[in-house]
Amino acid sequence: MFLIPDPVVRFFHRMASPPHFYAFSQRLMPWLVVIFLLLTAAGLYGGLYLAPSDYQQGDSYRIIYIHVPSAWMSLFIYVVMALAGAIGLIWRIKLAEIVAISSAPVGASFTFIALVTGSLWGKPMWGTWWVWDARLTSELILLFLYLGVIGLYGAIDDKRTASRAVAILALVGVVNIPVIHYSVEWWNTLHQGPTVTKMDKPSIHVSMLVPLLLMAVAFKFYYLIAMLQRARIELLLRERNAQWVKNKVAELKL
Amino acid sequence: MMKPARKQRLILIGLMVIGAGLATAFALKSFNENLMYFFSTTDVVAGKAPNDTLFRLGGMVVKGTVERPDDGLMVRFKLTDYSKEVTVEYTGILPDLFREGQGIVAHGKLNAQGVFIAEEVLAKHDENYMPPEVKDSLKGQAAPVAGQ
Repeated sequence: MFLIPDPVVRFFHRMASPPHFYAFSQRLMPWLVVIFLLLTAAGLYGGLYLAPSDYQQGDSYRIIYIHVPSAWMSLFIYVVMALAGAIGLIWRIKLAEIVAISSAPVGASFTFIALVTGSLWGKPMWGTWWVWDARLTSELILLFLYLGVIGLYGAIDDKRTASRAVAILALVGVVNIPVIHYSVEWWNTLHQGPTVTKMDKPSIHVSMLVPLLLMAVAFKFYYLIAMLQRARIELLLRERNAQWVKNKVAELKL
Repeated sequence: MMKPARKQRLILIGLMVIGAGLATAFALKSFNENLMYFFSTTDVVAGKAPNDTLFRLGGMVVKGTVERPDDGLMVRFKLTDYSKEVTVEYTGILPDLFREGQGIVAHGKLNAQGVFIAEEVLAKHDENYMPPEVKDSLKGQAAPVAGQ
């Protein structure tokens, strides 16, 4: 249909089958953990030890190795959650619904980390913990959107209905994503403008940029790990009456 | 090919997202001025800033204008947006990143002489990150050590 190659389509079809997803994610997990640990170790070593101090902020700028990847993840995970929610709504694929709701707590955590680390950096650098400028406020709204998704899902007993409600909330909230990203360009804010994602070359020295990008990829792997673990549990809960889950339980009892 | 029911749901969701986007765009557009965290110096010179109430003023500290007129904590400096300048007076402790040529945001109000009396000064960090040596070679001269 959308010119997607056949093997990719077949992969997603197989992934949509709960027992197959459960087994596949189990096999994938050790690899994800190893890659995550290697990337994090390299990123932290590069960021905290190899990278030079900043000409203005000294060593305080090193909080960007946590703050910036967390903030990126808060947006990235939201988009994944909304897309998975949309796929769940349109094609009624149970696994897409599960991926959407399993992403929410991980995304909320990254949003929270971005807000807290930003605040800790803001006090010495700006001179204040918090200001109500467009960037900080829209990021706080993102946290509330995540919490709204988690709360709404918990409030509805029938989980298929809950997933539909949550997907609609997530999709409406998508408008906040470009607002957060462009807030520093559209309005005067205390938060500085974009450094890495500028159209011309990034205004960060390459020795500081490489560890930052390593951390960004490491955080993506962390998200995969955390989301898949949650998805596996959610899947077992939802499918607890299905034969393949009963077989798994029987295997454990032996 | 997509089944009609799925296609309908896809279109419905597309319309919903576009609708929410348009609504937000109009709302943000109409509140545009309220969403500005600070006024620029040009706004203040043009008389766009409020006269009796507190507001925020942002700009670059003009090089060579920072002075302490009576040896106290009071600091006087000029802010610019590279078009118009406004004089600011502030009594208190300045943030670490405050220095000449840096962006700052001050909270306060204008007095009768058009001088901005600040109650709070925040440093606005720029988006540049580089080691001190690179900064030195860019300037072709020794930059002040951070924190000094």
